Amino acid sequence: MILAAAAPASPADAWLERAPLLLRDALTGWLPDALRPWVAALLSIATILGVFGLLFAYMTLAERKILGRIQNRPGPNRTGPFGLLQPFADAIKALTKEDIVPRAADQVLHFLAPVVLVALSLIGLAVIPFGRNLVAVELEASVLYFFAAGAATELSIFMAGWASRNKYSLLAAMRALAQLISYEVPLLLSMVPVVVVAGSLSTTGIVAAQGGWAAGVWPHWHALTPWGFSAFGVFMVAALAESNRSPFDLPEAESELIAGHLTEYSGFKYALFFMAEYLGMAALSAMGVTLFLGGWQAPLAVLEFIPSYVWFGMKLLLLLLGFIWIRATFPRLRIDQLTRLSWKFLVPLALVNLVNGGLWAVTSDWTGAAGVARWVVSALLVVVPFVVLGRSLTAGYGPRTYRYASP
Amino acid sequence: MTLLLAILALVCLVPAVAAVLVRNLIHSALLFVLAWLGLAAFYLAVGAEFIAFAHALVYVGGVSMVVLFAVLLTRPGRESALPAPSAQRALGGLVAVSLVASMLGSSIFWTRLPSVEPTPPVPLRRLGELLAGPYLVALLLVGLILTVALIGGLLLAAPRRPSEGGDA
Repeated sequence: MILAAAAPASPADAWLERAPLLLRDALTGWLPDALRPWVAALLSIATILGVFGLLFAYMTLAERKILGRIQNRPGPNRTGPFGLLQPFADAIKALTKEDIVPRAADQVLHFLAPVVLVALSLIGLAVIPFGRNLVAVELEASVLYFFAAGAATELSIFMAGWASRNKYSLLAAMRALAQLISYEVPLLLSMVPVVVVAGSLSTTGIVAAQGGWAAGVWPHWHALTPWGFSAFGVFMVAALAESNRSPFDLPEAESELIAGHLTEYSGFKYALFFMAEYLGMAALSAMGVTLFLGGWQAPLAVLEFIPSYVWFGMKLLLLLLGFIWIRATFPRLRIDQLTRLSWKFLVPLALVNLVNGGLWAVTSDWTGAAGVARWVVSALLVVVPFVVLGRSLTAGYGPRTYRYASP
Repeated sequence: MTLLLAILALVCLVPAVAAVLVRNLIHSALLFVLAWLGLAAFYLAVGAEFIAFAHALVYVGGVSMVVLFAVLLTRPGRESALPAPSAQRALGGLVAVSLVASMLGSSIFWTRLPSVEPTPPVPLRRLGELLAGPYLVALLLVGLILTVALIGGLLLAAPRRPSEGGDA
């Protein structure tokens, strides 16, 4: 009784914290030893599919609701209470619609594109640590694995666009390639300083490096350092472009290209593209949380009683809601503006940040006045390039003058 | 292990051969992506995790895009539409097959393969230390060569000013 009454020594021992692992052991414990790892792997796959499938379903609803509210209309509210059953109604509709494949289309590639896209969007989730000890696959180079898996997604968008034999789809395919080549570079460059400072290419190692608090209150999250803040910004902008979300949804720009690579898709294949977009967005956001926002670490020591996976979920939802907000706020870029933003602004910023991150790693033992100097230098290395590059990027573009009719 | 390697060899070779044989350039580029993925799986099978992911990232994510872009932006020449006379094609095929066969044959039969002890895979940290230490000069030289190639490509592709007499 005394043992049961004693408070857990560390947050890692709390019952809620270990609940997923206990559940897994309870489900696999009766199996023979040879089968156990296989069943455990299948269980983690099923969990990821289930959780992210539901997340996808309710993200579509949340997006429509929030976009509706921002545009001063109610959004879907007819299917179930508050429209909560809308995603399932949509799924039934997508499943029962006729699947049309154009006669001129490349049949094999036209079919393969959505399948490959969903598969590639999912496999990146395998290396995300969703909580303490909650990672499906532990790899030494898991960050690299994640980006290798994600890099091929635009390839399937290209396949979709090219295989449709439609001029709008083909234009979308070209745009998808241009966008990928442009934004893969800042995405990877913004991740490199994190690897340098954390000294690890594994996602669990990077999360572990962000544990603890400076002066007891300031978490060691990478986003809360000058170089990390800059890298986080570049990462999120590039992630927005990689997941083809507004304002970077040029491959499917409906006002120019009908629906781009989606023009010739209907029924469940269209739904698969939709699913892949949300899964890719969730995967990149999860990576952003892991690399910059401390992963599953709690922001304050007193808040550690909340389980780590809940913290991860909250941070993930925060980033996803940010994506929706951005979609409701910014107009779509032009293709030349898109590539210029990457090559003339994000890439140089990320390159300077590389030096900044290296400096931060070298000066990690500076304390006192030297520690303050370290922060000031790092902040200057972020602000000065940002201002200089931003000015050169927007030179000759404004400020816009508005003229109103006189009363 | 041998069976796995045989399957992976098939995964690499079949798309590679098919890529050479198909007429459609886009198809052959996509088949090459499959072959590159097979190669990455091969690296993974022998324990070179880092190389496998870097290979997938660079080739599937980067090189394939550039290849597809080049295919889409260039038009096939007029003469490639007409097949060459059959005698010429037969001669060409004969030359190509005998050349490849002799090269492969000589390299397989005349190379004395040392019996290799299976070495444990190099840990990632050690790999990084080696690249930043003893092999730093080589690494920098590779980077320099690639940068020079990039600048050269830019110079070739950049539109000439009318005063220089270029046609575009």
